[in-house]
Amino acid sequence: MTGQYETVIGLEVHIELATKTKIFCGCSTEFGGAPNIHTCPVCTGMPGALPVLNKKVVEYAVALGIATNCRITQVCRFDRKNYFYPDNPQNYQISQLYLPIARNGCVEIETPSGTKKIRIHEMHMEEDAGKLVHNEWDDTSLVDYNRSGVPLVEIVSEPDMRSADEVIAYLEKLRMIAQYLGVSDCKLQEGSMRADVNLSVRRAGTEEFGTRTEMKNLNSFKAIAHAIEGERMRQIELLEAGKEVVQETRRWDDNKEHSYAMRSKEDARDYRYFPEPDLVPVVISDQWISEIKARQPELRPEKIERYTREFDIPRYDAELLTESWKIADIFEKTVQLCGKPKKVSNWMMGEMFRLMKEKGKEPEELDFSPEHLAKLIELSDQGAISSSVAKKVFEHIFAENADPEKYVEEQGLMSVSDEGALREAVEKVIAQNPRAVADYKGGRQKAFGAIMGQSMRALKGKADPAAVTKIIREMLDAQQ
Amino acid sequence: MANKISDETIEYVGILAKLKLSEEEKEAAKADMEKMLDYIDILNELDTSGVEPMSHVFPVNNVFREDVVTNGDGRESALANAPKRREDSFEVPRTIG
Repeated sequence: MTGQYETVIGLEVHIELATKTKIFCGCSTEFGGAPNIHTCPVCTGMPGALPVLNKKVVEYAVALGIATNCRITQVCRFDRKNYFYPDNPQNYQISQLYLPIARNGCVEIETPSGTKKIRIHEMHMEEDAGKLVHNEWDDTSLVDYNRSGVPLVEIVSEPDMRSADEVIAYLEKLRMIAQYLGVSDCKLQEGSMRADVNLSVRRAGTEEFGTRTEMKNLNSFKAIAHAIEGERMRQIELLEAGKEVVQETRRWDDNKEHSYAMRSKEDARDYRYFPEPDLVPVVISDQWISEIKARQPELRPEKIERYTREFDIPRYDAELLTESWKIADIFEKTVQLCGKPKKVSNWMMGEMFRLMKEKGKEPEELDFSPEHLAKLIELSDQGAISSSVAKKVFEHIFAENADPEKYVEEQGLMSVSDEGALREAVEKVIAQNPRAVADYKGGRQKAFGAIMGQSMRALKGKADPAAVTKIIREMLDAQQ
Repeated sequence: MANKISDETIEYVGILAKLKLSEEEKEAAKADMEKMLDYIDILNELDTSGVEPMSHVFPVNNVFREDVVTNGDGRESALANAPKRREDSFEVPRTIG
């Protein structure tokens, strides 16, 4: 039954911009802190307080617009959206309706059936609301206006997505672009990236859209996937029972895996939008756009090209190294320090990805310093530590950002590269194992492994295996 | 008096504006709104195609601030007139079920 329906999804994605101050006042945007500590008359809606636009917000929004192939609205304005809710101290939100900062863009996502284009209808700048904490037992809500006035960009897509996988691919793409640009950290858990899902179903093959609902309160990719599946089934069941889908806003409860109707969806005119009288228009000249373009950092496709060309790294590796902004950053900084891109890539592709998988660490959580990885590569290249020791040291760099030089010294892991010490150790092993020596001379190659193993053990693994092999052969051959 | 405001409309506008109006106030508001709409009809007689809507009387644009923190701890003054306060938060009737 469900196969006869197609799911149609459009997204409204809110991204909190990583400015130091709020959009219309000089209050800090820092996350956390005591309630209402970052407030002033402007962001608490005191009568007579006047907003002044943060220039950085415009620059970040334009940067996002350019990176998502939008057309920038060169004369844009703010509008007032009127509604009453305690998280909104002014009883209106300053947003953009008539002339949003950017329009008509698109991004490409990868799907099992190839590359797909998701069109962006528009992108607008607006202020965030305060935070409400609901009290279960005494019927009150507590309001914290620290977040009130934090700058947001809302990105409205066209209804181009057909599955939860496509939605997540689209969100990951937007997140990567924003992180590469440095305009937002896009942390879903902290709410610096939020998505509202507009979803409708229609019989496969029909052209016109069904009635859609909007789902809010989705703060992880998992919740988004669950909510899409749940809402899809709910709508199909309604239609199959001969009922109608009501256009409304629903709130997803991920614990109960169920959505609830919040309110019937207001029409845009219910918000009684009008041009914001307290702010003047923003005029974005060609020159300003080209300045922002010139400052635009390299995005992923260009990075992949450069890594393969400049560093001679396989394309597959370059793709993995650039999948997250954070990993690309560590890679480039380490390469800059040690000048050995291939070695850096090997460490990251091998040991780092292995440990990330093992410990369940996300790229954003990586906190070791490139300096330490660069030093480790140096130590290993100089032969100061053996490769097995190097792997062990890397684990400590990865886990607690250990300084490899200090760590190697404190733990006494320096390689025994002193030829005399190596010979001494090997000599002892040979003297103590006459049988193995005899076996080896009798043509049993396996016996060599036993001598090798014991020699390495005697040296506590801190020697270059190739050097030890050479010495053993020399000594055994000399005895013949 | 060409325009008529229905009872439903005045009721609905009242809800959006969070106003509780008495019957007399509703009638008065209806009459006022009808007059306003009539006035808008007069304005609509003008041909304004090709005229850009004006949102400001001053020919000023691009008034910005730099992204620098200038405000400190605003807790006490923000909460000074709070009808109800709990610790450092405003307290309001519970908003969600």
